[in-house]
Amino acid sequence: MAKITYVHPDGTSSVVDVEPGNSIMRGAKLANVEGILAQCGGGATCGTCHIYVDKDNTKPLPAMHDLEDGLLCVTASPRQDNSRLSCQIPVTEELDGLVVHLPEKQL
Amino acid sequence: MADAPVVIIGAGQAGCQAAVSLRELGHRGPITLIGDEGVLPYQRPPLTKAYLQGDIGIGDLVFRPETYYTEHDISLVLDDPVVSVDRVARRVVLRSGHAVDYENLVLATGSRPRPIPGAHTIRTIGDADFARPEGRVVAVGAGFIGLEYAAVASEAGCDVTVVEAQPRALSRVLSEETAGHVVQVHRRRGVKFLFNACVSEVRPGEVVLADGTVLPADLVVAGIGVVPNVELAVDAGLAVDDGVVVDAWLRTSDPAVFAIGDCARFHHGARQIRLESVQNAVDQASCVAAVIQGSAEPYAQVPWFWSDQYAMKVQIAGVTDGHDNVVVTGDPLTGAFSVFCFASDRLLGVESVNKPVDHVLARRLLAANCPIRPEMVAVPGFDLRTAA
Repeated sequence: MAKITYVHPDGTSSVVDVEPGNSIMRGAKLANVEGILAQCGGGATCGTCHIYVDKDNTKPLPAMHDLEDGLLCVTASPRQDNSRLSCQIPVTEELDGLVVHLPEKQL
Repeated sequence: MADAPVVIIGAGQAGCQAAVSLRELGHRGPITLIGDEGVLPYQRPPLTKAYLQGDIGIGDLVFRPETYYTEHDISLVLDDPVVSVDRVARRVVLRSGHAVDYENLVLATGSRPRPIPGAHTIRTIGDADFARPEGRVVAVGAGFIGLEYAAVASEAGCDVTVVEAQPRALSRVLSEETAGHVVQVHRRRGVKFLFNACVSEVRPGEVVLADGTVLPADLVVAGIGVVPNVELAVDAGLAVDDGVVVDAWLRTSDPAVFAIGDCARFHHGARQIRLESVQNAVDQASCVAAVIQGSAEPYAQVPWFWSDQYAMKVQIAGVTDGHDNVVVTGDPLTGAFSVFCFASDRLLGVESVNKPVDHVLARRLLAANCPIRPEMVAVPGFDLRTAA
């Protein structure tokens, strides 16, 4: 299990034990954490599972591919340097303690 | 009436979302979600994609864990289907004889595949489990289901033939340009296509075509469209015409009864259509929940669809059916392009292959009703981003 913290736009947060193998997106969905839509179910095709990785993060995240990069340019909330699509980050034991911030809107 | 008891018949994508949206919108009364598959509500699209391939399991398909329904006080009835609706008493009767009262009833009964005797169809988890591709595979119907199945079977090393009654693939859902590209990708993988070919019989080990051709087959899968599940609505005396007919607020001919998702025939511009898609199920569910909670907003979402085949992502924004003019952007040879479909000068929709950004922007353009004309798109260097 890896503890992932989802910080909501109002500053409250949900801490979830996510089983490795699930994505950050799926981890939120299974724990009923609101704020991630994932309309396409996790295929990097809709851009509605946008998150901001905590600025102080030092944990290793997978490299971003072109589709994700492109979609982050058209997300509903503005892209920042730390923007990612949460469906593209598989949870591993190494990510235990990761903090991600949810955007104001996904659509 | 807000907070009055709601019964939802059908626990698929539409029904489940209706229950979730009602709670999100603050509905505090009883909600009963009635399915007939005996399992928690789950996503169907992966059944012909990642699930069929074995990449994900049942646990990955369910929308929400069981705790969600208990925590949100949603009564889940998973294996006791509704057998009749009494609109006068506002009550549904289940197979067990148990009855549930409603003030608002939502029909989310979905659709079922048109069968071909002897062939598999894929709609449920059980269907997919019994249709794992092996040996020589014949897919009947070159629509999304047939082609997604063909892609998985081909990747699993099967010898795959697609049989289609129409002269081309995907004729109901995609332009010739996009469909042609999809077929080419399949052919490169060794998938064979027979067009203008009708199946006369599926026998053990073979498929017989109308012209007498016999195709050896270890497994036959039919993807030749669906039939909306309207029996309950018909028996209850509601207006039905290839789907339960609803108004702009998704109300049937009885104002206490709504219909959403695959089973609903609704207004889209000047015509009435029925759509089988995740988007349609989810957006209509959200709309119906809002209407039950007192909203006066009619249903007006841009339809969108997708299909994953091999590494190819096909996405459609709008309903492109009926177009008479297309403009292609990007380069089909690179496998990433979009086809803008127009009816004379009016943009009906955009089909994108491996161009998700185009798709997202096209949905916004269509939602905003932007007047995009063919000559604007045809200009070299046209950028959807500036148009959106």
